[in-house]
Amino acid sequence: MIVHFEPASEEGIASVVRSAAAERVTLAIVGGGTRAGLGNPVRTDRTLSTRRLSGIVTYNPAEMTMSALAGTPLAEVEAALRAKGQMLSFEPMDHRPIFATSGEPTIGGVFAANVSGPRRYVAGAARDSLLGVRFVNGAGDLIKAGGRVMKNVTGLDLVKLMAGSYGTLGILTEVTFKVLPIPPAAATVVVSGLNDAEAAAAMAETMAQPVEASGAAHLPESVRGRFLDGALPYGAATVLRLEGLADSVDLRVEKLSAALSRFGPVSRLDAEATRLLWVEIRDVKPYVDGTRRPLWRVSVAPSAGHQLVAALRLQTGVDAFYDWQGGLVWLRMEADAEAQLVRRYVGALGGGHASLVRAGDDVRASVPAFEPQTPAVAQLTERIRARFDPARIFNPGRMAAGA
Amino acid sequence: MPEMIGFLKPRQAVLDRRQEIVADLKDLLPKGCLISEERELKPFETDAFLAYRRLPLAVALPETTEQVAAVLKYCSRYGVPVVPRGAGTSLSGGAIPQEDAVVIGLSKMSRILDIDLFNRTATVQAGVTNLNISEAVSADGFFYAPDPSSQLACTIGGNIGMNSGGAHCLKYGVTTNNLLGVKMVLFDGTVIELGGKALDAAGYDLLGLVCGSEGQLGIVTEATVRLIAKPEGARPVLFGFASSEAAGACVADVIGAGIIPVAIEFMDKPAIEICEAFAHAGYPLDVEALLIVEVEGSEAEMDAMLQRIIDVARRHGVTKIRECQSALEAALIWKGRKSAFGATGRIADYICMDGTVPLSQLSHVLRKTGEIVAGYGLRVANVFHAGDGNMHPLILYNINDPEDAARAEAAGNDILKLCVDAGGCLTGEHGVGIEKRDLMLHQYSRTDLGQQMAARAAFDPEWILNPSKVFPLEGRPAA
Repeated sequence: MIVHFEPASEEGIASVVRSAAAERVTLAIVGGGTRAGLGNPVRTDRTLSTRRLSGIVTYNPAEMTMSALAGTPLAEVEAALRAKGQMLSFEPMDHRPIFATSGEPTIGGVFAANVSGPRRYVAGAARDSLLGVRFVNGAGDLIKAGGRVMKNVTGLDLVKLMAGSYGTLGILTEVTFKVLPIPPAAATVVVSGLNDAEAAAAMAETMAQPVEASGAAHLPESVRGRFLDGALPYGAATVLRLEGLADSVDLRVEKLSAALSRFGPVSRLDAEATRLLWVEIRDVKPYVDGTRRPLWRVSVAPSAGHQLVAALRLQTGVDAFYDWQGGLVWLRMEADAEAQLVRRYVGALGGGHASLVRAGDDVRASVPAFEPQTPAVAQLTERIRARFDPARIFNPGRMAAGA
Repeated sequence: MPEMIGFLKPRQAVLDRRQEIVADLKDLLPKGCLISEERELKPFETDAFLAYRRLPLAVALPETTEQVAAVLKYCSRYGVPVVPRGAGTSLSGGAIPQEDAVVIGLSKMSRILDIDLFNRTATVQAGVTNLNISEAVSADGFFYAPDPSSQLACTIGGNIGMNSGGAHCLKYGVTTNNLLGVKMVLFDGTVIELGGKALDAAGYDLLGLVCGSEGQLGIVTEATVRLIAKPEGARPVLFGFASSEAAGACVADVIGAGIIPVAIEFMDKPAIEICEAFAHAGYPLDVEALLIVEVEGSEAEMDAMLQRIIDVARRHGVTKIRECQSALEAALIWKGRKSAFGATGRIADYICMDGTVPLSQLSHVLRKTGEIVAGYGLRVANVFHAGDGNMHPLILYNINDPEDAARAEAAGNDILKLCVDAGGCLTGEHGVGIEKRDLMLHQYSRTDLGQQMAARAAFDPEWILNPSKVFPLEGRPAA
């Protein structure tokens, strides 16, 4: 039976870590456990959950910052923000639908996995909103990094290092992050019937317009019907989100619609449909299919996304849709994960990285979840890991064979 | 003046081998790329933190990444400290060398390598100036957002070293939020690439760690940055107040009301007078404090946002509102603000603080700053990025009067401690350098700093790179 710890204080966590380090027993670090499928499978002696380290510590809307203990449910954070008209700008994806997990995602887990959504390509990732952290390193020391102000270059930015380190460098105990006002109005411009290459051009054109689009996705005909219960107009849908003051959104919808009319028929979604659509894009609705068919999350230059999919289609069965102006490609393989093929094409198209988000156990056991690093970068990674968690007790193997 | 900030003792073994090192480095570099004559080394002895200077052993001005790698490989092999340098505009002494160090200047690496408008990226060599990037894409309707006041001179390599900010960061973020990738050389000459045109690389966020590391983790030779479509229009508006406190409270309320202009800059009366005398920007001279608020978008959008800001400002007793009527006027308003440090330098010597405080503390910290400086018998001018709480009190003094200088430095230290105690930090955008190095323990515990130094050691185990900076000299791990 796996021993499970749920300390209710930073000191409690530090004490579990110190004894684990002394005994050289490994710890799986979990928050709500809803994203346990991210990264490589981990086998550990014990589990340490931050679930009981919960609660909003400070929230000052006028300063646009919040501090919360790592185990605070994301839902609690978002509800408190919404009550003051604010939000997390990076709109973190909810992984429960694609992983068929239950439970409550925690704010610590969001930052530990650097989870972002559609707005990421203009507003930054979770790591860009993170201002300060407290964490327990592998020696059981409590470390503070960053702070609670927007601009801070005092010392090395360990905050960025902790974001997206999947609990392999330390256990986050408290996070302080920047928040933004919820835009009072939102709309989506839909261009219908474009092929993937035309859509990439339309999205690039959108980003060259002074309309501050906060979402640019392309939903090919194969997935269109899965969004908004099939309410999107017929044909592939290239969708562009505009947010801001109501008058401003109206003006920008007009301006953008005029600029995009040469690509295809243009229509508009209202605020409620916009809200729903971008949640569905965020949570990868088309591939919430109750299967464990391999699902890749590929990040490339926006111009390369559709080229990647076109190249793969000649070789294997694949379905895809695009976010981040085409630079984020969600690929669902019909059968095999085709890791070598996917990663070879990503490399050939200018580079990027393919993460295996979902697959059967046998595939996950043999395919590295994250894009392998060059030897020099892998060595740096190793040296950093060794200086945060010398006994290698946190989530061993979660990110790479060594880390 | 007596030096209050110490440097590492030069390594005698390195000094003794000076001639040999110079000869070896000459062999590694093209003709004219190594400087070793004292007269020619002079311009490299300090940066914009003028109170301290050290003549370096030599200055290397490589033209390629491979040459940077060759010099670093040599220096690490023989234990020669290396100080990276962009344009030398650091306000915290980040580029000040030491007697046993080789400066690696990136000024010859000033080519723009790739402009990719489809993907909205620019890839440039580290010695390209900040403004050059925006100028290169301006005609196509794009810009590079971070805009430090020294943007005409400062380089992107230096911006990455310091994670530079600027006036327009309130909306667009600082360097780290706009940097997509780098090519860099590690201490032993290994060349690595981090990030690129694809977002959020796999693995640890090494790019995020490198940005703002003050040249301690390696030398960046190329950078890929994000470009943004220019807004249709932008309009700075001047708001005058009868007190600094009223202006400070107005800033907090504008942000609190969910309005995020592109920039909110603050000047107090002494700063207004200094800048107006220099730039003739039309700043009102009959107010105690001035906010420059910039809104952007179409005419209708700017009008709408401005109206909301005016409503808030009225609640705080704004005494003067001036909208500029032309692009020329707007340019003058920004020229005055961005020349603030230079203009101050015309009337007195100054040291510039850079603490950031939570917005709710702005008024309190402004008042206490005035009291601290007055307590030392000195004058202060405040000009800073108010929207993100990044303060820049300029303490005026006479550099030729040792007692005056010591008082200015002491006042500065008190102000930075005040910022930390108010929930803020020592430096928002200028970096720690040597200037704030010895105050680090006021913000961090020894354990916190130990973890930062451990991360540093993962990149530079021998402490070759910019070794006198950022971390207090005592309490360092033995090399």
